Amino acid sequence: MRKTAKRNPGRQEPTAGTQLGTNLRRASPFLTVFVLLLLWQWVSAREIISHILVPPPAEVYRAFIKAMAAGTLPKHALVTLEEMLYGLLIGLGIGLVIGYAIAKAPLLENILSPVIVGFQSTPIVAYAPLLVIWFGSGLASKVVTTAVIVFFPMLVNTIVGIRSVSPKLRDLLRSLKAGRWQTFRHLEIPSALPVVLAGLKTSATLAVIGAVVGEFVSQGSGLGFLVTSARNLYDTPLVFVAVLTMTAISLTLYGLVAYVEWRFLFWQRRSNR
Amino acid sequence: MRLSLRELSISFPNPVGDMLPALGPISFDVAEEEFVCVVGPTGCGKSSLIRALAGLLRPTAGSARYGDETIDNPMDRFAIMFQDASLMPWRTVLDNIALPLEIAGLPRDLRYDRVRALLSQLHLEQFERAYPAELSGGMAQRVALGRVIVQQPRVLLLDEPFGALDALTREKLSLELLRLRQRYMQTIVMVTHDISEAVFLADRVIVLSRRPGRLVADIAVDLTRPRAPDLIYEKPFLQLTRRVRAEIEDLGT
Repeated sequence: MRKTAKRNPGRQEPTAGTQLGTNLRRASPFLTVFVLLLLWQWVSAREIISHILVPPPAEVYRAFIKAMAAGTLPKHALVTLEEMLYGLLIGLGIGLVIGYAIAKAPLLENILSPVIVGFQSTPIVAYAPLLVIWFGSGLASKVVTTAVIVFFPMLVNTIVGIRSVSPKLRDLLRSLKAGRWQTFRHLEIPSALPVVLAGLKTSATLAVIGAVVGEFVSQGSGLGFLVTSARNLYDTPLVFVAVLTMTAISLTLYGLVAYVEWRFLFWQRRSNR
Repeated sequence: MRLSLRELSISFPNPVGDMLPALGPISFDVAEEEFVCVVGPTGCGKSSLIRALAGLLRPTAGSARYGDETIDNPMDRFAIMFQDASLMPWRTVLDNIALPLEIAGLPRDLRYDRVRALLSQLHLEQFERAYPAELSGGMAQRVALGRVIVQQPRVLLLDEPFGALDALTREKLSLELLRLRQRYMQTIVMVTHDISEAVFLADRVIVLSRRPGRLVADIAVDLTRPRAPDLIYEKPFLQLTRRVRAEIEDLGT
């Protein structure tokens, strides 16, 4: 094994044992979900908890089919998805730009940190109504709540990422007379990418919170609205459907970022040690 | 062209704002194509000296000049190499060595051709597509050496380039450095803490004092070139290393 690795760098043949281990590791998240579903089925079959509080999976499934057929679920899910994506893009963009600026000019951090930390430490649920007053009850206010909530992890991780660039490599690029853009492209982006993508993972899962908070505050449409209206009708299965849809959207986004990470940070996996 | 230091000194501010002298004032010259090793106790400002010559650090007083140009920014055809290989972990060996050419704006085919021509001399042909994490310390340093040579520098600045390697690898790389130098013939200033390495490689060994480092001895190494590994057992070599060692021991502890 050692010898082949040496002769053929970066190309280790997987053995039967590691293959099984890898498969098991890949399957384990799905196993967790499966076990949870079994548990849920078991709890509702024995009626340990009332069906009004926790409906059985089959009932939730029926509610899902009904909401799909009626078009309510796709409609509301798309609304939430749209809010999330715009919010993510805006919050991400602003977080990256301000984060980079702060990393480069520490004075900016002193100037901006009261505002930024203040925003972050105030519960968004508390000032979301204000945002609705300012930005109206339509798409804009939800995009803003999402942007605000995804902004912070992006900001912090961009600052950390850019500041973690190796000073030796900075010296090297200076000695090569690299311009600002070249340093940015060849050194800062790839150095900061792992940390920035970790931030994006957090942001991707927070995005749905931002959108739904906005929808709770100003009613009309979206999965948050679906939850409130179903709750008012004591339609618990539909509440479950809406909530699980949020989970699914969130997980999908997370998975996308994880894929991007896997694709672009291949060099981190290359270590033999 | 001659590399010359004139009353060069470097100080760093401490947290309270006082300037603490780290190096000099120091003056010496390095002739064209001369190989000078600088030795001295830790913290004597050796690295600051290299950084000043590389134009990465402005001297607090005095100056470093190359020909009649004052070095206050990185110079054309100066290349620097550090103690750790400082490779980019996201680039292959090939792309790490090609980095200087890429920064200089050479098209891809041209820079790959030039790097590939160099790879065999560095015994790295089989590793061109490997990533730094897959390399041993010695190999990583070979790649760093390649990244320096590919720039075809006139002046090579080496900051303890083999300091982190084991003795055998260090010896091998030293020989390789001499071989590459014979081929491309550059001026070299190298900082090291290894006395026999300094004597083995250099035309002149400069001994620095404790912090702030000043020149305490400038010893010519009149051993013939090319130098063979067996040299280190011969009398002239041993006499020279003893002389350098004596100078360093005179500094006290």
